[in-house]
Amino acid sequence: MKNVISNLALLGIAVLMLGATKSGTVSITPPAVNVPFKPGAGMEVVNANCQTCHSAAYIYTQPALTRAQWTAEVTKMKVAYGAPIADGDVNTIVDYLVAQNGKP
Amino acid sequence: MTFDRRDFLVSAAAAALTATTNDKAFAATPATVTLPMENGTRPLVAFPQKRPLLMLSPRPPLLETPFSVFDEGVLTPNDAFYVRWHLSGIPTTVDGDAHRIIVHGKVKRPLSLSVADLRTAFKPVEIVAVNQCSGNSRGLFSPRVPGGQWDNGAMGNARWTGVRLTDVLARAGLEEGVRQVRFHGLEHPALSTTPPFVKALPLDDIFDKGDVMIAYEMNGAPLPLLNGYPVRLVVPGWFATYWTKMLSDIEVIDTVDDNFWMKTAYRIPETPGNTVTRTQTGYKTVPINKMSVRSFVTNVQDGGTLRASARTIRGIAFDGGSGIKSVQLSTDGGATWRNAALGADYGRYSFRRWEAPFAGRPGRTYTLACRATANSGETQTTVPVWNPGGYLRNVIETYTVSVS
Repeated sequence: MKNVISNLALLGIAVLMLGATKSGTVSITPPAVNVPFKPGAGMEVVNANCQTCHSAAYIYTQPALTRAQWTAEVTKMKVAYGAPIADGDVNTIVDYLVAQNGKP
Repeated sequence: MTFDRRDFLVSAAAAALTATTNDKAFAATPATVTLPMENGTRPLVAFPQKRPLLMLSPRPPLLETPFSVFDEGVLTPNDAFYVRWHLSGIPTTVDGDAHRIIVHGKVKRPLSLSVADLRTAFKPVEIVAVNQCSGNSRGLFSPRVPGGQWDNGAMGNARWTGVRLTDVLARAGLEEGVRQVRFHGLEHPALSTTPPFVKALPLDDIFDKGDVMIAYEMNGAPLPLLNGYPVRLVVPGWFATYWTKMLSDIEVIDTVDDNFWMKTAYRIPETPGNTVTRTQTGYKTVPINKMSVRSFVTNVQDGGTLRASARTIRGIAFDGGSGIKSVQLSTDGGATWRNAALGADYGRYSFRRWEAPFAGRPGRTYTLACRATANSGETQTTVPVWNPGGYLRNVIETYTVSVS
């Protein structure tokens, strides 16, 4: 009798463990939402360089930043995050960002 | 499939409207929320496995929990839990059975563990702990600083079930001279030139704390994919930057990790109170670590109206792991304070609910303030911390509230 109980107990644990070990595949479809860059001088350069990694929400949710701050951000993207921004495009991008969300 | 750039552009507000009106429970929810900061309008968007949350960015997804959620209970529901990723390469399909966590580096026995291995070959542990983004409340800094512009909702409190990291490390066996353990998940950059999101913890902290865990359940259910399914690191008391999502790689090293995410990003001034002036330079910095003590009112927001019949102010408090000793409430702008009653204790890493009676008279306006003191002795002050990363805000919050 004792053996039957312990066998049942073992069986119960095995079943529980079997139930507990199932993880399964989880698949999601992100909502088709994008926050695009708004029209302005240099938008094509910004679209080509910035959206590879992040949406334009990263720009529009910032407080208005100074030219020096936007320049620091673009430089960070290029140097720290390895964005392949051509040297000649840095000023175009900064000008665009200052026009979109800048302050003196 | 990953969070790639999509050509199908929809205005966020329109998508939010669809998302909210599809769900009757949220039919009355406005399509946007305006936070108390410049450029603070956020659409409410429902991502998979999530209710409508304040969308800071769709890609990578940054979603903030509406603050009213924190009034609903001590645990933050999985579908309301905030989301923050760094890189756009996030798997949208994850096979939890095929997933492996490798343990390698300076170990005697490298391991490759499935989630089933974690569930069956180690002793399960359960901890209720706050997960708070390092940048939570960054949008409230003055002067403002660049970065993710969160209000106070980039945090949540959940019951995490999993295994102790120390048990896993013991199984692998550490070699001599080990200094840190570093962690990586399935998140990957869009460009090969972008540093992968790797975080490291000092071995001493892992063993001193003893509570660092690999969690496979969140509030008794599998983690939502956007919160790191199938497993994430849980570092109770420490900021969420260390809570690696979709954890896949644990590497034991005998050096101090100097990758971008440790050496340059997520650092705080090593100054008194971790605060500096706007123009200060030349100070030392250290990787962000333990959370500061904080408290919030949850049943009314700043600028809101409370019915006189409510007769109670309630809220939450937490710290970096010593637990909450007391919370005080002021209803006169900080002139006088009285102790609030603390709610059930879910452990020293959890939100602690509190409440205090409030006899507000209809037609009058009150300035409420709450102040928590931790068992460590740490408390909140009236002078906000300032640092260029926008980290560690824990000022005494004040709320201007009308009574009707």
